[in-house]
Amino acid sequence: MSGGAPGGFGAEYVKGLVRENPVFVQALGLCPALAVTNSAINGLAMGVAALAVLTGSSLMVSALRRAIPAQVRISTYIVIIATFVTVADFTLQAIAPDVHRELGAFIALIVVNCIILGRAEAFASRHPVPLALADALGMGSGFTLALVLIGAVREVLGSGSIFGQPLFGAGFEPWVVMILPPGGFLVVGALLLLFARFAEARQRAAERLARGEGAP
Amino acid sequence: MSGARAGGARLVATLALAGLASGLAIVSAYRLTLPRIQANQAAALERAVFEVLPGALRMERWLFRDGRLAPATGPAGALDESLFAAFGEQDRFVGWAVPAAGAGFQDTIKLLYGLDPAGARVVGLAVLESRETPGLGDKIFKDADFVAEFSGLAVEPTIELIQGHGEGANQVDAITGATISSRAVVRIVNAGNALWRPRLPDPATVAPSATPAGTVPPDVERGGPVPGGRVGDPG
Repeated sequence: MSGGAPGGFGAEYVKGLVRENPVFVQALGLCPALAVTNSAINGLAMGVAALAVLTGSSLMVSALRRAIPAQVRISTYIVIIATFVTVADFTLQAIAPDVHRELGAFIALIVVNCIILGRAEAFASRHPVPLALADALGMGSGFTLALVLIGAVREVLGSGSIFGQPLFGAGFEPWVVMILPPGGFLVVGALLLLFARFAEARQRAAERLARGEGAP
Repeated sequence: MSGARAGGARLVATLALAGLASGLAIVSAYRLTLPRIQANQAAALERAVFEVLPGALRMERWLFRDGRLAPATGPAGALDESLFAAFGEQDRFVGWAVPAAGAGFQDTIKLLYGLDPAGARVVGLAVLESRETPGLGDKIFKDADFVAEFSGLAVEPTIELIQGHGEGANQVDAITGATISSRAVVRIVNAGNALWRPRLPDPATVAPSATPAGTVPPDVERGGPVPGGRVGDPG
């Protein structure tokens, strides 16, 4: 786990993808995971925006970790995060107005995405800059993967397309509930279940291995 | 844990510095992106105007001020009501693009619709902003059949929403499963007509002003007030 001795750059990056995936394993950031994932492209845009904010704020928090007094650290982190979010909001509006219109208020709400404050407090404020960068990129990529996965499942079932490309013929009757809020809960629930199953299977395998090695 | 326990002055200084740096970063980002954002919004508006008025090649913002409608000369004030006059080849007047807004199923729907030069028919409709239910209410702009109802739609006496198949020139078929959103669109267009049609000048007198082709005052994207807020009392 990230609480122990830090691994190398690669290890800190990889852990966020699947093993400690922020959405499916840590169950953080579920609000955007539910709200904007009615299509794969929206999930991707939200994921990349969060990745950018997470990377910027983690770098800043890690670089300033000795300068920020402990009593005001959370407020300072929030100021840093809010600044990055506002800059990301303007940037997206300037370079991708269509995506910005789709995501609407949820870009501004990255401020309260608990993954970002969580990584600042749990990792970036205790580790040197390179490791904080690896952690932020890993967690951000994991978040993006999760959102694209949820968005893809919901888009295929609810609109019969993927990244806007129609998959089925005209005879396909879209399962509209999947792109409505209840569909978000259904898909996130199913994927959480799947990841929990994987984690359990992996743990069992590790235990078997440990027993096997311990035996004469 | 980050840093050591520090005295009050240090805490205040830290937060003040953070706030200052944050303010500087945000203002810089705002100033850097503002021209692009405004250009995007102006382009989106122009696209919408050309979409709702077939044959339009350039547009001009016209303001309603002191009881008459005239080409906007400077930036519009916050209380000015405006619409767009569109011109085609050889500066032929092709019609009006009217911005209008009103309550939808979930949130305000902002739309733009085209009126022919005489103001007698709606010739096109584009939804600029809506948060209608995906898959149901968003058919007001995703359902091509519904949008097509607004090309060549008579506005007299008012546009009517029909469940089933309306044959009249002023009738629109409601979208199954999105009756409230369809009704909202019809209501917004009717309200826009009630507000603007009495103000339209004789189409023969409408000519492009001397400003260079295609120019739009830079504040257009702020939209000025859409008539939505006031359409309830057009009198």
